[in-house]
Amino acid sequence: MIGRTGGDRSAKRSDPLAPSKAMRRFIYIALIVVGSFYVLPFVLAVVTSFKSLPDFAAHASSLGFDRSQGSPTLDGLRGLDSDRILFARWTFNSVVVTVCVVGGRVMLSALAGYSLARIKFPGYRLVFGVILAVMMVPAIVLAIPRFILLKELGLINTYAGLILPLMFDAFGIFLMKQFMEQIPIELEEAAAIDGASRFRTFTKVILPVARPAVITLAILSTVGAWNEFLHPLIAVNRNELRTLPVGLAQLRGQFGSSTPWHTIMMASVLMTIPMAIIYFVFQRHFKEGMAGAVKG
Amino acid sequence: MPILLTLWVSFRDWTGIGSPFDSEFTGIDNYRELLVDPGIRRKDFAISIRNTFYYVIIVVPAQTVLAMFLAFLVNQRFLRGRGAFRTLLYFPSVTSSIAITLIWLVLFFPSGIVNRVLPIDTINWFDEPNGVIHNVAGVFGVDSAPSWARQEVFELSMWEWLSGPSVAMFAIMLLAIWTTSGTMMLIFLGGLQNINPEIEEAAAVDGASWWKRFRYVVVPLLRPQVYLTVTLGVIGTWQVFDQVYAANQGGPQKTTLTPAFLVYSQAFKNSKAGLAAATATILFVIILTFTWIQRRVTGRSDEAA
Repeated sequence: MIGRTGGDRSAKRSDPLAPSKAMRRFIYIALIVVGSFYVLPFVLAVVTSFKSLPDFAAHASSLGFDRSQGSPTLDGLRGLDSDRILFARWTFNSVVVTVCVVGGRVMLSALAGYSLARIKFPGYRLVFGVILAVMMVPAIVLAIPRFILLKELGLINTYAGLILPLMFDAFGIFLMKQFMEQIPIELEEAAAIDGASRFRTFTKVILPVARPAVITLAILSTVGAWNEFLHPLIAVNRNELRTLPVGLAQLRGQFGSSTPWHTIMMASVLMTIPMAIIYFVFQRHFKEGMAGAVKG
Repeated sequence: MPILLTLWVSFRDWTGIGSPFDSEFTGIDNYRELLVDPGIRRKDFAISIRNTFYYVIIVVPAQTVLAMFLAFLVNQRFLRGRGAFRTLLYFPSVTSSIAITLIWLVLFFPSGIVNRVLPIDTINWFDEPNGVIHNVAGVFGVDSAPSWARQEVFELSMWEWLSGPSVAMFAIMLLAIWTTSGTMMLIFLGGLQNINPEIEEAAAVDGASWWKRFRYVVVPLLRPQVYLTVTLGVIGTWQVFDQVYAANQGGPQKTTLTPAFLVYSQAFKNSKAGLAAATATILFVIILTFTWIQRRVTGRSDEAA
């Protein structure tokens, strides 16, 4: 504040928070060092996926290719279709599961969030309390009852078993409730005066207004469902029904000393690409989701 | 409701194969096997608690401090390409835990890049069961348990309790710190951006150095974010599972065994679903207790400030 009165230039010179030159240099260097720690593993993964196995055995740490060992090569890519590695099938399963889980989650969370925000039904507090409590329960504690339910309903080794339990998401309900409470009630009253039913009001008035929250939830759920590991691990045990993370994780130990690391790295990189694209396109929503979590 | 189902199963001898409703009620037998009766089950449980305890008390502070440091770096006003750095640092958080763990295995290969860069003898990180504290003690000539540490407490000798995380577990810890600090950085960034710059400017005008401003002005104002990240960290680290599964399935020599992985292997590998439910229940109680203790601790320092 002080010194800001004397015109632009002097204000700049006396900005009391401007770091010194040495400090700026330190910050740039620190960021470049830290940044390379975050990039390097991915670069190495990409490079490894194009190495031949002998090249990998000889130079696991190298960021270049050894031509005398036959690198770069597409061997890693070819390995994705073998009797143990069903990459195309796992990808198909992951896509089906992710699409269904996200659709179901958004619908259920929006409906539940709306009723918690607007309809103060009897036992409202209890229901909301239970939802908050479920957010705190470790996934592994939920794994056993989920397994029991799937078993009793005969849903082990089915798509329904992979999808249905993941549709209910306490965080999603919480996020939608928080957002919908901030929508002015007058909007709904106006719709009611025009003779719209409650459900019509919800689909025609509330949902369009809540679009930002719906998009945020859809994106966070996409990443969550795509990367989900524990549930698909216990819900299916047939290789052709596995999703990408489960299919990949159980490969280790199946090959002994001849593990096809180039193929495993290729698969890891390929399954990361869709999430990378979503992340780069919708970055803003990740921050908003985080902000929502902090306010809660 | 699901919690009650877990609790109910934990009092039965269900194997996980037939219907749980046909299983027999066995009272607190499962809990006794884990907590009272000496034997392999209690030993596995003790080992998993030891491993994860070290994991929690190292990973949580490290990722919180690193996240705060990253947020501080990225929040500088003069910085060009701030957005790019943020994007980069958060990226591991949207990557599959399994894919990341597999990449990590390649980095920590005996001939991998970590061994090449570090100025030490080659370590086979993920096959190394030695405790880190034991290794440090070995440097000072303490290679085996001194007499005071031979006493057995809850299935493990004092020496085994004090092993520290194994080298393999340590590599998984580095992975966890690396992936989560980006997420937590976003939380801290939100906090930093909410701080009114005038407060810091006032301190600067009073002659406070940047370190003093950071330590006495910024950090106290970030208390809500610290509270949130530590809470999320404690809850998350006690449950560590995916990385353990993909890396080593509890090995070498059970030194990366965690309660969550123990629950999984009891229930789905060893047909001991009742026992697994009891283990899961105890894990839940541990998490609640830790969260509660942490709340008390953060609350106290709040009053002091």
